[in-house]
Amino acid sequence: MTTSKFSHMPVGGYFGPYGGQFVPETLMAALHQLETQYRSALADEAFTRELDRCYREIAGRPSELYFAKRLTEHCGGAQIFLKREDMNHTGAHKINNTLGQALLTLRMGKKRVIAETGAGQHGVATATVAAVFGLKCDVYMGSEDIRRQALNVFRMKLMGANVVPVTSGQCTLKDALNEAMRDWMGSVEHTHYIIGSVAGPAPFPEMVREFQSCIGRESRRQMLETVGRLPDVLVACVGGGSNAAGMFAPMIDDAQVAMVGVEAGGRGTKLGDHAATLTAGSPGVLHGAKSYVLQDPDGQTALVHSVSAGLDYPGVGPEHSYWKDTGRVHYTTCTDNAAIDALVLLSRTEGIIPALESSHAVSEALRLAPTLGKDKIILVCLSGRGDKDANEVAEILKRRGE
Amino acid sequence: MSDVANNRISGIWSGGAKAKILAPFLTAGYPSLDATVALLRDFERRGVRLCEIGIPFSDPIADGPVIQASFTETLEKGLKLSQVFAAIRQYREQGGQLALACMISYSIVFRHGVKQFLADAKSAGFDGMIVPDLPLEEAKTFEPLASSAGLANIMLIAPTTPAERRVEIARHSRGFIYYMSIAGITGERDRLPEATISAVQELKRETATPVCVGFGISNAATVASICQVADGAIVGSAIVRRITEAKAKPLAEIVGHVGAFVGELLKGVE
Ligand SMILES: Cc1ncc(COP(=O)(O)O)c(C=O)c1O
Repeated sequence: MTTSKFSHMPVGGYFGPYGGQFVPETLMAALHQLETQYRSALADEAFTRELDRCYREIAGRPSELYFAKRLTEHCGGAQIFLKREDMNHTGAHKINNTLGQALLTLRMGKKRVIAETGAGQHGVATATVAAVFGLKCDVYMGSEDIRRQALNVFRMKLMGANVVPVTSGQCTLKDALNEAMRDWMGSVEHTHYIIGSVAGPAPFPEMVREFQSCIGRESRRQMLETVGRLPDVLVACVGGGSNAAGMFAPMIDDAQVAMVGVEAGGRGTKLGDHAATLTAGSPGVLHGAKSYVLQDPDGQTALVHSVSAGLDYPGVGPEHSYWKDTGRVHYTTCTDNAAIDALVLLSRTEGIIPALESSHAVSEALRLAPTLGKDKIILVCLSGRGDKDANEVAEILKRRGE
Repeated sequence: MSDVANNRISGIWSGGAKAKILAPFLTAGYPSLDATVALLRDFERRGVRLCEIGIPFSDPIADGPVIQASFTETLEKGLKLSQVFAAIRQYREQGGQLALACMISYSIVFRHGVKQFLADAKSAGFDGMIVPDLPLEEAKTFEPLASSAGLANIMLIAPTTPAERRVEIARHSRGFIYYMSIAGITGERDRLPEATISAVQELKRETATPVCVGFGISNAATVASICQVADGAIVGSAIVRRITEAKAKPLAEIVGHVGAFVGELLKGVE
């Protein structure tokens, strides 16, 4: 392993002061087992070969690097490239992670997987690998998200997964994660919990980043092959932070590459109106890790809001907290409205309908491009496609009178 | 350290006393802080010696539906930690002598600042800390801080804990060891797994620290059978459910209803 100023390998489960394992003792044995199996799998050529095959044959990797010519002309500045994770099987980057964790599940001899999901993309990606490998699958999903992501609920069920509605708290992603953890407390002997982002207790943040790093590794190679150099700026949306971590990590040591993470600015800057954890939060502990959190002064998790179910989360992966504090990555926000505008613009200029989550990253690229020269390159991680959001967006556009 | 050795929790078993205890769990502020204090007084009068006070948290992971619902309802009413501390202080000022363990998520402790939190908890009148999401690795720096604040850091052992690690946790636990009888969340069960008894027996051979068993205990018979091998039984959901049943009634009736159930449970340790 290379040693890096930005520590690819967390020390004892920590990225600087962030990370750790703040979970009940009941889960510690499973985390230790997972860590051991994960380390041995990475060192096992048969495992990495099988994972590569799955990436290719199941996910359809490598995903394309695409020059968004008309979008670039529209903005009149830096050249905008898109890393097309929306072209993956199941429609988002989430499949990269679930393939890796499914192979680990088989390696551990476990027969059942559980997952939490917000937008439903991680749930669909988990249901998919469960079908591929013959695993039993339960997906926890907030009842509010079940409403706004109906298509994905149907897809999961069609693939044989059981979707468990979660009615506690705000009935969204955070609450689904709580319920999945509670399930795991009682089922840990035979069940693997496939966490969908770079959040949760160690080794999940590092492991999920590793399984998502195909995004950044491919991008790096594709840029060198097609343009002959690395991009000047990487832009990715940040919910828990997995597509961003997968894009950033393989280029974190390329000092000339600037990186921007885009959080959900929601409908305003008041606590409860957004999900901008790194931008507006402070260090705390949530879902097993020390990281930036949106909390009230008493330590209770704050309410959050985003038009995008996949970004509607009051926590963030610990490595992002570390990247923020060290200044390696700059974090900013994009409002609900700006994300919708970006979704419409990308659809019209390129014929690509992005997921609402990814639209946040697109919006930041639109803002940045005119401020940079035409010789500069912005690479956006287009984390997923927008089919799942069609109904929600149609309603919003109708309300806006468009 | 000396502070912890002398505090109310350690006092229960001091000098090799073979006390068997029933430790009821209460959600702080459920349905009101007045009720919490009144229940503590009632329990004390009935002969309870140690009580666990659960601080409501928005995102509990180890708690079952009954306790979670009590947390949610209490937080919706706007309960603040400072109010819990004030109520415990009031209980102490009026002569309350129960040993009190504060069960709380590390999220809240960390947010307040660990040292500040421990100092405030101690001065309010708590004797110990149970932090279910702070396993051994993370507790190693926490335990000495708790001890020097005069609070016993009570650690948890699960059925999934491997033997070697169990011994290590026992070594770091202060006051008593909390053995979780079930790999899962809190909630009432009719009977406990057979394995619990033998696991506790094994643990008792490995440590001199008292062992109390919790998760899933809901009646006097189970309390009695657990206490044949353990030093105490912790009852949570079954008590909180009784509070839920009576919560709309006047305070005296809530106390009567819940107190009667605790009186019933106490027969298990007589
Ligand atoms: C398309 C898409 N992008 C991004 C996200 C946010 O997750 P993360 O920040 O882990 O990439 C989601 C989550 O559901 C998603 O579906």
